[in-house]
Amino acid sequence: MENATGKRAAPLSVQLEFGGGAELLFDGVRKHQVNLPNQPEPWNVRHLLVWIKENLLKERPELFVQGDSVRPGILVLINDADWELMGNLDYELQDQDHVVFISTLHGG
Amino acid sequence: MLGKNRCIYPGEKVLLAFSGGPTSSSMLRQVQEGLNREAAKKLRFKPGIIYIDEGAVCGRTLDEREKTCRQVEAILQASGFPYHLVFLEEVFDLPASVLNSLSHRPADQAHSYKEAVADFTRWRQQCEKKEGAATSLEDRLAECSLQGCAWKERLAVLDTSSFPASHTELSRLFGAVKSLTAKEELLQTLRTHLILHVARRNGYSKVMVGDSCTRVSVKLLTNLCLGRGAFLAMDTGFSDSRHGDILILRPMREYPAKEIIFYNYLFGVPTIFTPGLGTKASDRASIHLLIESFLCKLQSEFPSTVSTVYRTGEKLSAAPREVDSGVPTAPAQCLLCLCPLDTNVEDGSSLQSMLLSEQLCPRPPAENCCETGRTQAGCCGRPPVVGDSSQLLPLLCYGCRLTVKELVSVQGKVCATRRAPASADAKVCSCSQDWAQGKVARSLSHHTFTRRLSASDAGLR
Repeated sequence: MENATGKRAAPLSVQLEFGGGAELLFDGVRKHQVNLPNQPEPWNVRHLLVWIKENLLKERPELFVQGDSVRPGILVLINDADWELMGNLDYELQDQDHVVFISTLHGG
Repeated sequence: MLGKNRCIYPGEKVLLAFSGGPTSSSMLRQVQEGLNREAAKKLRFKPGIIYIDEGAVCGRTLDEREKTCRQVEAILQASGFPYHLVFLEEVFDLPASVLNSLSHRPADQAHSYKEAVADFTRWRQQCEKKEGAATSLEDRLAECSLQGCAWKERLAVLDTSSFPASHTELSRLFGAVKSLTAKEELLQTLRTHLILHVARRNGYSKVMVGDSCTRVSVKLLTNLCLGRGAFLAMDTGFSDSRHGDILILRPMREYPAKEIIFYNYLFGVPTIFTPGLGTKASDRASIHLLIESFLCKLQSEFPSTVSTVYRTGEKLSAAPREVDSGVPTAPAQCLLCLCPLDTNVEDGSSLQSMLLSEQLCPRPPAENCCETGRTQAGCCGRPPVVGDSSQLLPLLCYGCRLTVKELVSVQGKVCATRRAPASADAKVCSCSQDWAQGKVARSLSHHTFTRRLSASDAGLR
């Protein structure tokens, strides 16, 4: 893959989905199709979270991101698989990936 | 889980408490699948569903609530089971009998499952005969109120004229409670009362609630913090028999929330998200939220946290204090949560010493006022409202006392400070007093009821 060789990452288009109450922090919109801009390093989930925090989150960022990861209790699925199987924060995003965030917390 | 515990009899009516959340949604789906399964593993009970709309408490508008109700109705209709949509406001219309813990069919542990089933079918046949003959007032009542299909009219009624009282009453009641912790406890109590009422009205003898393993663990630690340690086994165990005639079951308590959410996601189980009391609150807003975030954080680093807490909790069993229930006097029960009272303990307990220290150094009323920063003349002069609390408190268990104390003290404060709309404040007081007094009255009627029952029993002998 181009990303793995460490070249400039091409712009990516990924689909983000929020559920279980997490969508409330994004104006109640569940699905977002976003284009990630060019950046020198390949896009991984760690970068994605920073990008989400800066560009998508509407309120209360501490309820979604804590430290450099998601808040404990929010599940992440990448292409319908648990992100713990995909390498957590270090998973390198591919074009057209589908990332889902679901809150298991009571009341969202 | 259900098969292992063998507590539901074939043909029995079971009420599923559905909230729209992930766990209860997947519970619904699994019951649906269980009913369609091949003969050996098939579930053989008759399910019904209850959904309680709590929008009034969480400050949602009627439009939002109606939208949610419509979504819920769509899901429930698709399930094909009979369903009941109930509004939390209706808790004020509940009859006193909700607080009675009837046990018309004492659960005999010695019986084997087969005998129990035989007993149950016999009992049901008797009931059916009776039902065929009786066209009592209760039946008609059950038909006209609390039926799922008429919820739109009822919401409209709530909206317009004849019921606004109960709507405002409810929001005032919750407005009078200061901390989120007490609010959540109160909500849970009222919700349980409503579910019980609907179950009794419609002849359900079991209620299934969707508490996941994660939720059970959170509840375990929360209740420990709330002074409800004596009832942990009831509040978190697989079956909860405190209500006598109606058994509350927690069939989902072995699945962690993560598994449930993945199940829902992969099988396309529809869930509805409804904002609750704790939505968007910080994780320190209430004891419930604090414990939840504590467990989740610990779980993310030590993946067996939740299951360890759960397994530890599983070892608890309800203390068999009912052994000496041969005595005709019914065991004293908490008015709100219907647990056997834990407050009649011997000297030397921490409760006793706490009461003693409360007696010795009564909290100055001024402290209350200064907390809110309103140092208004006259606010400290008024005696604290103890009239109804002293009546009510002895009837409650320790955990519920804490909740009610807060209700009462805030109410006293609101009275005292006499803020701008004085009438509104008066309303708050009166409504929570009404509520409290109603409960007292109910309990009294309950006590006289049980006393009469035991007297007639004695007469028969």
